[in-house]
Amino acid sequence: MTTEPVKLLREKELKEVMQFDAGSLLGRSMQYPKEIEVRGRISRDLVEEISKSKGEPEWMRLLRLKALETFERLPMPNWLEGVESIDLDEVAAYVRPKAESTNNWEDLPDWMKDVYQKLGLPEAEAKVLSGLTAVFDSENTITKVKEELTKKNVIFVSMDEAVKKYPDLVKEYFGRVFPYADHKFAALHYALWSGGAFVYVPKGAKIVNPVEAFFLIGSELEGQFEHTLLVADEGSFMHFIEGCAAPVLTKFSFHDGMVEIYAKSRSEVHFTTIQNWSGSIVNFNNKRAIAEDYANVEWVEGSIGSRVTFTYPSTVLKGRGASTKNISIGIANGPSKIKDVGSKAIHAAPETRSLIISKSISSGGGVAAYRGLVKVLKGAKGSVSHVQCDSLIMDKDSRAYTLPRNEVDEPTAEVTHEATVGRLGEDQLFYLASRGITEGEAKAMIVNGFIRDVLRNLPLETVSILTKVIELEFSQLGSVG
Amino acid sequence: MPIEVQDLRVSVDSKEILKGVSLRVERGEAVVLMGPNGSGKTTLAYALMGHPSYRVVGGRIVMDNTDITQAPTYERALIGLALAFQNPVEVPGVKLDYLLNVINAKKVKGFDLTYVDPKFISWVRREATKLGVSADLLGRDINVNFSGGERKRSEVLQVMALRPKYVIFDEPDSGLDVDGIRIIGGAIASITSEGVGALIITHHAEITKFINPTRAYVLMGGRVVASGGPELVEEVLSRGYEHLQVRGEQ
Repeated sequence: MTTEPVKLLREKELKEVMQFDAGSLLGRSMQYPKEIEVRGRISRDLVEEISKSKGEPEWMRLLRLKALETFERLPMPNWLEGVESIDLDEVAAYVRPKAESTNNWEDLPDWMKDVYQKLGLPEAEAKVLSGLTAVFDSENTITKVKEELTKKNVIFVSMDEAVKKYPDLVKEYFGRVFPYADHKFAALHYALWSGGAFVYVPKGAKIVNPVEAFFLIGSELEGQFEHTLLVADEGSFMHFIEGCAAPVLTKFSFHDGMVEIYAKSRSEVHFTTIQNWSGSIVNFNNKRAIAEDYANVEWVEGSIGSRVTFTYPSTVLKGRGASTKNISIGIANGPSKIKDVGSKAIHAAPETRSLIISKSISSGGGVAAYRGLVKVLKGAKGSVSHVQCDSLIMDKDSRAYTLPRNEVDEPTAEVTHEATVGRLGEDQLFYLASRGITEGEAKAMIVNGFIRDVLRNLPLETVSILTKVIELEFSQLGSVG
Repeated sequence: MPIEVQDLRVSVDSKEILKGVSLRVERGEAVVLMGPNGSGKTTLAYALMGHPSYRVVGGRIVMDNTDITQAPTYERALIGLALAFQNPVEVPGVKLDYLLNVINAKKVKGFDLTYVDPKFISWVRREATKLGVSADLLGRDINVNFSGGERKRSEVLQVMALRPKYVIFDEPDSGLDVDGIRIIGGAIASITSEGVGALIITHHAEITKFINPTRAYVLMGGRVVASGGPELVEEVLSRGYEHLQVRGEQ
């Protein structure tokens, strides 16, 4: 491998890039001081140590231990490709970098401020967000709450702080949307969870500017298990953005995060993920929402980076007239890159609606799979679901799979599915090359065109970030290769 | 300063299609290339533009004293060579106006998918109207469900946006009605009048009325069998190719 010219190119191109350009922006592994690092076989002692170092209440400690028992009992899922590259006993379960949690950029240690500046976080916070919390390794390092949130009595704190400050509220929802017994990695998550965001939007409150949580994994052989819990009370609105980044590491790190959303009656929650982990991250993400009557939950999963990603944002449509829109954009770009993404919609009440759109792109030997589920329970009368899966295969070395599943037990439900597969050939690349466009640039154009119709209805900030990230992902590849 | 093809031999799937072709196009010239079907005209166009499946096994392509025989296609385009395709491929997901904007961005400031240049956009509107390219067509995926005529017009518009030094027009008139030929022929004439050298591959007399060719070549069996002034075009159109074949072999 020739690393030197690659680096030069990146630096030149990176000038234009905004935040979220993870791997390349942060370059190769970085050195920074750590206060605590808990490593070793995942055991009761290890879980106790994490709980103790956090000084958390007894009920949370017990919940962790119950989850650990479940983790130990459940078998390893046999369909997870790539997870075998992670030896859980070798991974640090908890890492606290040396930095006091703060609400002021100036209070952060210089090395950390520098990292966040490279990612454009302070600028984004100042310009477009109503609140931001950033998790570095296992702990929230900075949480900024703007006037809009305090005025509207919105609670926006780190998950750890919420456990201590709002125990009743947290107990009511934590682990209720996505129970730890669901699967082995959900159990592991609950045993080891640390960091994350908690948002509570009171009745009728509508947050105009989005709130964001940014997750960064700084070292190799590290596990990140952050937990995000959003509660939207009746008739409220919020848009939550999560971003992920990591430098390029020598060995893999493991991400097993979780998002729980509880959308009460007639509330609306938009959840956007721009996942741009470096190729050193094995990413296992658990995301689920419950929507009460006439509530609406919209997921946008921009799954760009990582070595392998498994994520299936799901909505349980629990109340009459609840609806969900679930858009996933999965890009598997490079040899041995795997995106196993999809969406689930569970129709558990009458007149519920779901729209699932999956756009997957595989390139340079990558594998992109859509794995989805639409389940309509008996009695969910007049429910409607539409699933559309479009795959774009950029070359002959890359593959795409579509694995949709429908389980419909309600005869009045209307469930439809559409799938398309597009292939990019030599002739198209030659055609665009004859217009002065390199192979990498052509791919960036085609990819952006391919996802254009899903971008059309997204918030402007999401679109511009995604466009830049994708442009970089492919134009770099082309210039280098 | 010309673009020169020197004794060019080109293979496709290890079969030699061009067996030593030499020709030259000066700036501001309209040079016509004729030849029966299968004589290698499109192969020459693709080889000049650097299609990876069209392997140059001998000879050189020299543009303004620069040897571009080994240059990648995008580089040839960036230094001023353009090709208007006979049968342009569909590119789903890429709209015509989007591509035009990217072509312009690369000229002005480098690759940028989000670059918007109001002056360029009004230029596109103006030229599109002249060529009969509708606003609707500009907003559609390139060549997807384009009619034959729409493809030809879109090709010429893209070539103009590239502001090249030399252009190969591969049958820009095939499948067009009389009005279409007049518009495309007129556009080519105005391109060459601005000092661009054009190599025009055609089978028809009609378009030559508009482009005022300075010279012509006839390609048969992968070789140039005749070259001359505009009168050669007339000769081919009235007498066909067969007598040239004989002449070429002598």
